[in-house]
Amino acid sequence: MSRKEDGGGWGYNRHPMLEAKKLAARRGFSRLFTGLSFRVASGEALVVTGANGSGKTTLLRMLAGLTAPEAGEIQWHGKQVGSFDRELRAAVAFSGHLPALKDGLTAEENLASLVALEGSPASRDAIAHALDAVALSRQRNLPARVLSQGQRRRIGLARLSLAARPLWVLDEPLAALDAAGSALLARMVGRHLANGGVAVIATHAPLGLPESRLASLVLS
Amino acid sequence: MAATLAIAPERNDTAWPALRWAVARDVKLALRSRAELGVQLLFYVVVASLFPLATTPERSTLTLIGPGVLWVAALLASLLSLPRLFAADHADGTLEQIALSPYPLVALVGGKIVAHWLTTGLPLVVIAPLVGLQYALDEETLSVLAAALLIGTPILSLLGAIGAALTLGLRSSGGLVALLILPLYVPVLVFGAGAVEAARTGLGASAHLSLLGAGLLIACVGAPFAAAAAVRIALD
Repeated sequence: MSRKEDGGGWGYNRHPMLEAKKLAARRGFSRLFTGLSFRVASGEALVVTGANGSGKTTLLRMLAGLTAPEAGEIQWHGKQVGSFDRELRAAVAFSGHLPALKDGLTAEENLASLVALEGSPASRDAIAHALDAVALSRQRNLPARVLSQGQRRRIGLARLSLAARPLWVLDEPLAALDAAGSALLARMVGRHLANGGVAVIATHAPLGLPESRLASLVLS
Repeated sequence: MAATLAIAPERNDTAWPALRWAVARDVKLALRSRAELGVQLLFYVVVASLFPLATTPERSTLTLIGPGVLWVAALLASLLSLPRLFAADHADGTLEQIALSPYPLVALVGGKIVAHWLTTGLPLVVIAPLVGLQYALDEETLSVLAAALLIGTPILSLLGAIGAALTLGLRSSGGLVALLILPLYVPVLVFGAGAVEAARTGLGASAHLSLLGAGLLIACVGAPFAAAAAVRIALD
């Protein structure tokens, strides 16, 4: 995207794009975290790590706008955003534990459907090209039912590459991906950050990205 | 100006594409699993056919109970198909993506409701006059039955969507949806069966059909918003 070039007016590099102020979350009666504050600037990725049950998924769902925080606020471009905020919805690409694929649709139809839902319908050629980039061109007409977990993940990667969203929120993106898939993800995130995007990634495994672009957040 | 638009696209004009996306996708998915649709339709035929077997083959009794039975069967068949509306999308994560879409959620949910009616309500409208033949109803009564179902079944889908969305993620959601939604279905049942009964006795069904139509308009305005709000609560 050409956002960085023409975007001087809204301060990509002067302000943090994503900022959390004193966030708190609770699951049932147990408190997951309180007073959590951080900033992620344009071109930076926040890598969230922590033990199972430490609240990584909850934090990511908050940042994507799916869950309202118990306390604190989230700011996107210096403006407070609530859950399901319209500006946030137009900016975020969320990839959670669930693949959002329909077993009855083919890989190509699934991808086309997801991209159209994001408000940026892609041509058949663009879809085919994106599937080719994630090494699924031979499986494009197979129903998602017969695809392996890793191949399903790759459809998600193709979706990320087509969506052109400034904020990526990825929950365990490496799960079920093989070495080539992980390298592909690292390349895609690297390109996204180089274009001035922001990413928040919960992971247990190293991503293989240059340290200078990474900020780390450990939940305990 | 252009930059502002890029950051916060004005999405007021996008209700129509959102509706189209949801209708096209859900109808396509439903047609890929035609067996499920067949089950619902067959259920309707079987339930409506049980009553002549269980009561009496006598003509006068059958025409008397026919309108009510045909409508109760339609209500039950509608309940049977409600879990299809959101539960599958909730289970595979599509509902998260739908809720995070820049399109208005109300339009997407509305499209899903339209698709649900096209694939479950409309077939009932078509088949009900055939099933009604067992109840010795005359031609005019049967056409009023079809008209009443044509207006009434969309209300069932609209109200049912609220119940289906409210019970998302619960373990025994099927039974709970029935308890939650059946009371709301009662006015539809009263005026729907009333229309058929009025046509049978020669009183004229237009009053009942008008009231059903008014109910449909109210449900159209309110139900998608309520269902969309319930979907967001279910995801939180």
